[in-house]
Amino acid sequence: MSVAHPAEVHAHPEMNFLSKYFFSQDHKVIGIQFLFTSLIFLVVGGGLALLVRVQLAWPHAEIPLLSWMFQDNGGRMPESFYNMLFSMHASVMIFFVIIPVLAGAFGNFTIPLMIGAKDMAFPVLNMLSYWFMWPAFVLILSSFFVEGGGPAAGWTSYPTLSSVAMPAGEGLQSPAAPNSGHGQVLWLLALTFVGISSMLGSVNYITTIINMRAPGMTLYRMPMTIWAMFITAILQAFALPVLTVALILQTLDKTIGTTFFLPDGLTFGNWITGPGGGQTLLWQHLFWFYSHPAVYIMILPSMGMVSDIISTFARRPLFGYRAMIYSIAGIAGLGFIVWGHHMFQSGMDPRLGTGFMIATIMIALPSAIKVFNWLGTIFHGNIQYTAAMLFALGFVALFIIGGLSGIFMAATPVDIFIHDTYFIVAHIHYVLFTSSIFGIFAGIYYWFPKMFARQMNEFWGRVHFGLTFVLANCVFFPMHILGVGGLRRRIPDITASPREAAFMPLNQFITISALVLGAVQIIFVINFFYSLFRGKPAGRNPWNSNTLEWSAPSPPPHGNFETVPIVFRGPYEYVEVEGHGDHLPQTLKLEGPAPTAGH
Amino acid sequence: MNEGPNLSQGNLGSSALANAANPLPVPPALAPEGHLSPGQWGMITFLSSDITFFGTLIVAYLVFFGRDSQPGGMGGPTPLDALSLPLAIGTTLCLLASSVTVHIADRALRLGRSGFVGLWAATIALGIAFLLGTAHEWNDLINRHHLTISRNLFGTTFYTLVGFHALHVTIGVVIMLLVLALALRGKLAGKSHMTVELVSWYWHFVDGVWIVVFSVVYLMPHLG
Repeated sequence: MSVAHPAEVHAHPEMNFLSKYFFSQDHKVIGIQFLFTSLIFLVVGGGLALLVRVQLAWPHAEIPLLSWMFQDNGGRMPESFYNMLFSMHASVMIFFVIIPVLAGAFGNFTIPLMIGAKDMAFPVLNMLSYWFMWPAFVLILSSFFVEGGGPAAGWTSYPTLSSVAMPAGEGLQSPAAPNSGHGQVLWLLALTFVGISSMLGSVNYITTIINMRAPGMTLYRMPMTIWAMFITAILQAFALPVLTVALILQTLDKTIGTTFFLPDGLTFGNWITGPGGGQTLLWQHLFWFYSHPAVYIMILPSMGMVSDIISTFARRPLFGYRAMIYSIAGIAGLGFIVWGHHMFQSGMDPRLGTGFMIATIMIALPSAIKVFNWLGTIFHGNIQYTAAMLFALGFVALFIIGGLSGIFMAATPVDIFIHDTYFIVAHIHYVLFTSSIFGIFAGIYYWFPKMFARQMNEFWGRVHFGLTFVLANCVFFPMHILGVGGLRRRIPDITASPREAAFMPLNQFITISALVLGAVQIIFVINFFYSLFRGKPAGRNPWNSNTLEWSAPSPPPHGNFETVPIVFRGPYEYVEVEGHGDHLPQTLKLEGPAPTAGH
Repeated sequence: MNEGPNLSQGNLGSSALANAANPLPVPPALAPEGHLSPGQWGMITFLSSDITFFGTLIVAYLVFFGRDSQPGGMGGPTPLDALSLPLAIGTTLCLLASSVTVHIADRALRLGRSGFVGLWAATIALGIAFLLGTAHEWNDLINRHHLTISRNLFGTTFYTLVGFHALHVTIGVVIMLLVLALALRGKLAGKSHMTVELVSWYWHFVDGVWIVVFSVVYLMPHLG
């Protein structure tokens, strides 16, 4: 058994530029690689969303910038192109932005640092998990340019819309939906690669958290970020293979003529598919068995990060630390048995529907525990309104709205009424944009000093928050009203129906707000890059935080810590102690009886 | 897997702490889950995830079981018509025997006994025998029973499920061949025992999955 000397801890040889920044095995560099590529995809996905909004608000106008593409259509957007836009917007945002940023970027960056390890358990596997994203990037982007255009069956890709097998000799020209030929196959392959990447990542995260913790870092001394990442990784490990199988089966249906999702004798125009016998419902079951846990994969890491940020900037111990852990575990566990609530309208036995409804509504319980504990943490706190804290508080405020609208969706009778309306669009954006993305912004403002050794500009950070908060509500809140009013989603031209045409003014207000919201993000981009090079140099611990990553140098070298950190206390001991200021870092050993913290 | 000094709790005993400038009391020990190595935990996580993968394929097989002969079904060969139980029992015995040989080989290497190379080679041979049996079966199904993957739902689900299992067997055989090449060149030092153990875990897993697949695909139709 060798004794670890400090010199050995970071005995990593200096490497050339390529191996340092491209083929790096350092978890921090891999995390930053994930962050940058995903932020580029955020711009792509955001652009797609704005095009969707422009088409909705002015359905008969020429599309600015893109009208040259639609010469045959008088410069107006064809309906099949609109289908492609919303399908790709959702696919890009979910699989190429939110999941890679939360699990890939923040998971990679924080896990070894916050548990006091020098790196992940399997650095090579970690590098591969990033490089498996690249085939996916290439495939999903090239799907825009193949014959027939990108996938257009929605991000849910329900058969038969997406998956009718082409008869022999007709190539990949699927007659079901205009864009579900080559583009759909590329979409399926891209998501399979994302799945492999996530699976490698989750194996790594689980092993690292179980095996690589610093001495004294017991499970119940781990920060909430790490708990959230741990439970998210477990969700990924067990839910993702189901999606992978579903993607493979649909690929087989589309390429070599299997009939998993194809019922008997479908008619499309003059063409009748052969005998089938498969089930379209099987796809929905498999897809949602993954994709409902996936919405928790997209929110739990944000919840964990927000918990750490709120406790740090409220200068208060996290209220109900263990309850927070158990509620994350509860949300994750229940997440596996509620997928049917996406299928109330798919012809479900009402008794089964009732079971799914009750299980879904039960998720409100752990979610409410989390919200009340965040409020309890802030209560009587000495709050510092940094940009990170503001985004974290914005997360809590708007997650409440997203959570409450979820209850409407969970209740079968209401769901039948609001199914496939803008109400669901409002709900998912309150949960994913104003919660997950707000958590991502909070995390970037919070860990930027550790990643790049400089601080982002606080003033412009607060301006970014203020404008984003107001505009996001202008964009997404009216969608509730549209949805209850009966505006269907995925309709390219709402003037076709007089009842829906009445919603036009509100629709245009949403679009204008969305365009301004998109423009406001330029503040963030400029702040990010300016601070990268010119920002105020940050010390090790600019926020006076307790967790282990702040005891490492900024930026931490390959190998992270000068000496192996030894942990003596939990992560949230923000208490006044004589001679120690208002916080007790996890590595601090106090003489005498330890003060009692809030939990 | 983890090069360099392992900084997890195990190696950092009191001696390391005594070297530090400020002697500190030893913090509380970690929970006993640290007894497994990172490689073992990684393999457990991967295999658990793979269980879900096969579980989903088996669910798909069961959902469509017997649909072909129902009204509106696609007709065509059924499992009872087309599958040869004696052949499947033969390939199953190959795989079961290979699980025994891989276990003894793993033990031999761990205890420093001789015979590792021979037993390891026998495992590979049994794996290849299983694959040859599958190839023979598929050849028979396609050419004599005209059962292709697009023929009916039985073909669709059968080839997907059995094919993905055969893919796992193939990957296992390739990895075991690599280990065998290392062993023959004398590069399988004592430290590599962990690799051999993890490969054997994977092989036992592939074997276990086959028992379920065999029961569902080959035995279940005979139960009526």
